[in-house]
Amino acid sequence: MLTIGGVHTFYGNIEALRGVDLEVREGEIVTLIGANGAGKSTLLMTICGQPRASRGTIVFEGKDITRWPTHAIIRAGIAQSPEGRRIFPRMSVHENLLMGATVSDPAHLADDLNRVYALFPILQRRSDQRGGTLSGGEQQMLAIGRALMSRPRLLLLDEPSLGLAPMVVKQIFRTIEDINREQGVTVFLVEQNAYHALKLAHRAYVLVNGSVSLSGSGRELLANAEIRAAYLEGGH
Amino acid sequence: MSTAAPIATAAPAPAKAPPPAVPPARHPLLAPLREAAVAALVALAVAVPLVGFETVQGASGLVLRTRWSWVAIAVVSVFIGRLLLALLRPVRRQPRARKDAGPAARAFRDAARWLGPIAILLALALPLLPFADRYILDVSILVLTYIMLGWGLNIVVGLAGLLDLGYVAFYAVGAYSYGLLALNFDLSFWMCLPLAGMFAATFGMLLGFPVLRLRGDYLAIVTLGFGEMIRVILINWYKLTNGPNGLSGIPRPSFFGLPFATTPAGGGETFSSFFGIAYSPLHRVIFLYYLILVLALLTNLFTLRIRKLPVGRAWEGLREDEIACRSLGINPTNTKLTAFAIGAMFAGFAGSFFATRQGFVSPESFSFIESAIILAIVVLGGMGSQVGVVVAAIVLIGGPELVRQLEDFRMLAFGGLMVLIMIWRPRGLLAFRDPTIRLGPRRTAAPTGEHRG
Repeated sequence: MLTIGGVHTFYGNIEALRGVDLEVREGEIVTLIGANGAGKSTLLMTICGQPRASRGTIVFEGKDITRWPTHAIIRAGIAQSPEGRRIFPRMSVHENLLMGATVSDPAHLADDLNRVYALFPILQRRSDQRGGTLSGGEQQMLAIGRALMSRPRLLLLDEPSLGLAPMVVKQIFRTIEDINREQGVTVFLVEQNAYHALKLAHRAYVLVNGSVSLSGSGRELLANAEIRAAYLEGGH
Repeated sequence: MSTAAPIATAAPAPAKAPPPAVPPARHPLLAPLREAAVAALVALAVAVPLVGFETVQGASGLVLRTRWSWVAIAVVSVFIGRLLLALLRPVRRQPRARKDAGPAARAFRDAARWLGPIAILLALALPLLPFADRYILDVSILVLTYIMLGWGLNIVVGLAGLLDLGYVAFYAVGAYSYGLLALNFDLSFWMCLPLAGMFAATFGMLLGFPVLRLRGDYLAIVTLGFGEMIRVILINWYKLTNGPNGLSGIPRPSFFGLPFATTPAGGGETFSSFFGIAYSPLHRVIFLYYLILVLALLTNLFTLRIRKLPVGRAWEGLREDEIACRSLGINPTNTKLTAFAIGAMFAGFAGSFFATRQGFVSPESFSFIESAIILAIVVLGGMGSQVGVVVAAIVLIGGPELVRQLEDFRMLAFGGLMVLIMIWRPRGLLAFRDPTIRLGPRRTAAPTGEHRG
């Protein structure tokens, strides 16, 4: 579904991605783990065309989207819940969700809203509340719900567990699994919280210094001694 | 941890006791006295050149005279005022800290809800009221023109968050297009109005393209330059615009073909003869009043409607977070251009109205100060608030008229008023944002509960 081949991305002179190859197949949850500064978020943003890959190709459903403008990439069926959530703090929860539906057909707006509210009932209760007054977990739910409003076939999630309490993290990951299994949305998840993310993933990649160092099924990587030492032990 | 802090609910930092500027052993009056003395010194420096000298017509030209008593009054009053302020400050701090989230803000919010319909009814009835003479109507037309301009600029600045310091350029384009079309092609007001709006919108797009990548201060500078460019072009393109002399003899509006006159120029009916009433010069003024009222209300209606549509929401989204907007598939280029174009279009409409009301346009009417006043209306009203624009326009345009008897000190009083507004309501008179769409009925308690986790 999404094939990334030899992607290099620069911030000025700094090479953030040094030839990343990975693949996300239809219906999967694929996780990308890595330390701070490994280039995880950069990869997600490069898929969305900001910053643009200076070399390599990004192919989504057979179309080379490497040079497409961001809004065209989103319209092609990719949605992103960005790093730091980036909800609209002065808009109500309901309006935030409507913002997510900007590119989709207004005919199925009501269906999409109901689907998101069913997924996150708390959002329905807070629908008239301003986004900025939500708790961190609720804001994350809102960011994911907003991304789902455009009926994406591929959902990109950038550190959904960032800064959340362990209970809330569990709930979010459970919902991500639901989204994948019941709604058939392919998920590409970038996480520092390696334990939860690997448990959830069908397949996973490890990003070190801007290139993929390891890959395998989530289970394999969880059992891998190197991974355990680098990402799992100590922290969890 | 919430990375996206709510902008409007963030209450001012809790007031701390001001750290003692001097060791506590000294006399408690010393600090306020010193503060007052510094203020008095500043007042002295300002007052000497401003009020200390006066030019009087003498036998051989102008003679310079001094008036030290005035300077003394200014310095002493500043000293006393500052001293009182310094002494009263600890008492005043406490209630101010919570003002934004407290009942005052809610009262404003509720007031804004019923204020709108009442204001519209009042505006509709105004020309029929007994005290509505020519002067009142003229001032009202002026205020309404600025309300319309404020609502137009509110789309660009308040909703889309693009700081535009050259808005008057589009007002000028509208006025000149109306004038030129009416003079050269003999088109009626109702033909020229949409054309003028279109021209202005085109100029809005022209400005939009080069400034799309700019934000904040940089955008402000470029738009400021654009506004000046249009004015300079109007002055120098003598063949087309008649330069600094302006366009005169622009046709006055007619009541759908019926002129406002005692006797029609080429025979036929006039407004008064058609309706069988006695001719009064007030008819035209009242017609102009209703015309601008309708135009302004159309602007408002348009804005209220478009805020509920995806493009209106996209404007607001762009103001809050451009990166988030991109990640939602919104095309920022098109969104900004539509904001510029639509804002400019309404300025164009207002410009045509201005031209037909005055019958004369010249570049002087479109100087930077006009842009500044319109922007001040939007900012003082509370960015994005429609009712706020009305209140601010009445205060800013009507205010100087009310204090006209102050003569030379009019602008001084006006400036002081603006400072006071910014002290009391730093985010504007009506600074809150209601959701455009609600799911359930409006709850009586504050809908934006302070739930945080």
